[in-house]
Amino acid sequence: MGRITLSQVKKDFGEVSVIQKLSLTIEDGEFIVFVGPSGCGKSTLLRLIAGLEDITEGQIEIDGRNATELPPAKRGLAMVFQSYALYPHMSVRKNIAFPLRMAGVEKSQQDRLVEEAARMLNLTDYLDRRPRQLSGGQRQRVAIGRAIVRKPAAFLFDEPLSNLDAALRVGMRLEISELHKRLETTMIYVTHDQVEAMTMADRIVVLNDGRIEQVGTPLELYRKPGNLFVAGFVGSPKINLLSGAESRKHGAATIGIRSEHISISTEGGDWPGSIGVSEHLGSDTFFHVACEGGDAPITVRADGEVDLKYGDKVFLTPDTAQIHKFDSRGLRID
Amino acid sequence: MATQHSRAAARLMISPAVILLLCWMLVPLGMTLYFSFLRYNLLMPGTESWNGWTNYYYFLTDPSFTDAIINTLLLVGGVLAITVVGGVLFALLLDQPMWGQGLIRVLVIAPFFVMPTVSALVWKNMFMNPVNGIFAHLANALGVAPLDFFARIPLASIIWIVSWQWLPFATLILLTSLQSLDQEQLEAAEMDGANWLRRFRFVMIPHLARPVTVVILIQTIFLLSIFAEILVTTNGGPGTATTNLTYLIYVQSLLQFDVGAGSAGGVIAIILANIVAIFLMRMIGKNLDA
Ligand SMILES: Nc1ncnc2c1ncn2[C@@H]1O[C@H](COP(=O)(O)OP(=O)(O)O)[C@@H](O)[C@H]1O
Ligand SMILES: [Mg+2]
Repeated sequence: MGRITLSQVKKDFGEVSVIQKLSLTIEDGEFIVFVGPSGCGKSTLLRLIAGLEDITEGQIEIDGRNATELPPAKRGLAMVFQSYALYPHMSVRKNIAFPLRMAGVEKSQQDRLVEEAARMLNLTDYLDRRPRQLSGGQRQRVAIGRAIVRKPAAFLFDEPLSNLDAALRVGMRLEISELHKRLETTMIYVTHDQVEAMTMADRIVVLNDGRIEQVGTPLELYRKPGNLFVAGFVGSPKINLLSGAESRKHGAATIGIRSEHISISTEGGDWPGSIGVSEHLGSDTFFHVACEGGDAPITVRADGEVDLKYGDKVFLTPDTAQIHKFDSRGLRID
Repeated sequence: MATQHSRAAARLMISPAVILLLCWMLVPLGMTLYFSFLRYNLLMPGTESWNGWTNYYYFLTDPSFTDAIINTLLLVGGVLAITVVGGVLFALLLDQPMWGQGLIRVLVIAPFFVMPTVSALVWKNMFMNPVNGIFAHLANALGVAPLDFFARIPLASIIWIVSWQWLPFATLILLTSLQSLDQEQLEAAEMDGANWLRRFRFVMIPHLARPVTVVILIQTIFLLSIFAEILVTTNGGPGTATTNLTYLIYVQSLLQFDVGAGSAGGVIAIILANIVAIFLMRMIGKNLDA
């Protein structure tokens, strides 16, 4: 079990309020991702749940039990740190066994559980090595192994992939998702990378300045961003935001349109402009088009076969059904 | 390529330093070795004659030699034990966030900058003096007979004074090391269910192993040759209670005017120090690259 409820949770560091009155329920077995720009309080929120920071106001419940005052060890949660935080002087085996040893599990049982975790994480050949003799990805897996053996109610990950190179990151992303499917344990995952959030999450919590901007499944956030911040943060390439005359036409202060909802043509369309930089990904090509009267270039997705060059005159036509409208406070208008 | 040339040039350029260093060490060492085989008494100048191993024989069979070895070991061991344990405790204390941290740290370091003779005299006359010392006054206030430190527990008193001087050094090195400990490791251990004592035992102590060996190595080198503190407090007494090897050599050569025996003692001290050094380097070498 691992149902975690935060109610009216607030955290101040001295004068500075880092988390502002925040309520959230994380369901059992859910893979939930906290995403937001650096410094928005994601780590702090995770550490509040872990018990590594004291809550200024509010309450945390884990499985219906008030855990607000509970020390970290008593909450039944396991955390994987960004630096991995392995114990450098212990072998991989001892690292993984450490929580069991602290819990007073008997030696034979410890060995069995460690072997089991090592098999699941492909670490069997490395059990007698020290952490510094391992690669980044292997260290990461040891950190996960140390978390798994405790059979926690929930796993907490704080930017676990940010120290890995790009290729390894994609691999570990899949491994963690796979692990979640297999263990069916609640996972709370913190990242500043919206691609990680979109690809891994059951639900995403978008944080900004210590406040929740929106909670929802990846596709909900993508299709119906609740405000300008979420619209701008979720999705790659970034959504095109337009204000001024064009948005007034739709009765909004700002409109947003994603690159795949704009068609490009050389014959005719709503917005004339000229091709700027193009990014060829093979299957798709993203054109940055400077439109007449617009300030920022508009990103358009086209098929990989479309052949347009820098400076070519083109016309863009947005799919009006897919336009997101926002009022002057940045909130979505439906 | 110019490597051959530059290597020769490099040798040429460092040679003055190397030669100076060699002379600095080899000349006194050679003279000590030479004197150690001579019958050389300052009271009978001009009568020096070849003496063979006699000086060594007398120095080694002198009962005060055994005492000196034991005292040296007790002094080094005692000071190391106090400074390492005390240093860890102080480092833990100073690592806590507190008001006036900067000032407190400066105060803690201060004893290190006091000259050995000065601190020994201050301890002797202002603290441990059985009539005027602060401890005597305290004892009187409590209605207990004051303790005459240097008569009753002379070696322990000297160990205490020397520890007081070296504690800041150990504290400083251990504190820097504690501050370099990754906080996430401690938090991970906390989440893994380790209470403070276990975090100390399983995370902090292994982390401190390396700086502790450095402290032990450096201090041992200096503690083997403690002299000033003994000279200004007990003069090696009562009897030989506080005579260490260094002090014994001083007694032989300058109080008994027997330069030959003193030199033999010096050579023996060098050999012993090297044995200790090899032993330490082994132990520490293992710890440093582990
Ligand atoms: N121990 C602390 N003391 C004071 N301020 C802190 C502390 N920890 C974090 N902060 C501040 O709280 C804000 C959020 O930090 P954090 O939760 O680490 O952000 P992130 O979303 O990048 O993980 C930052 O502005 C940071 O400076
Ligand atoms: Mg963070």
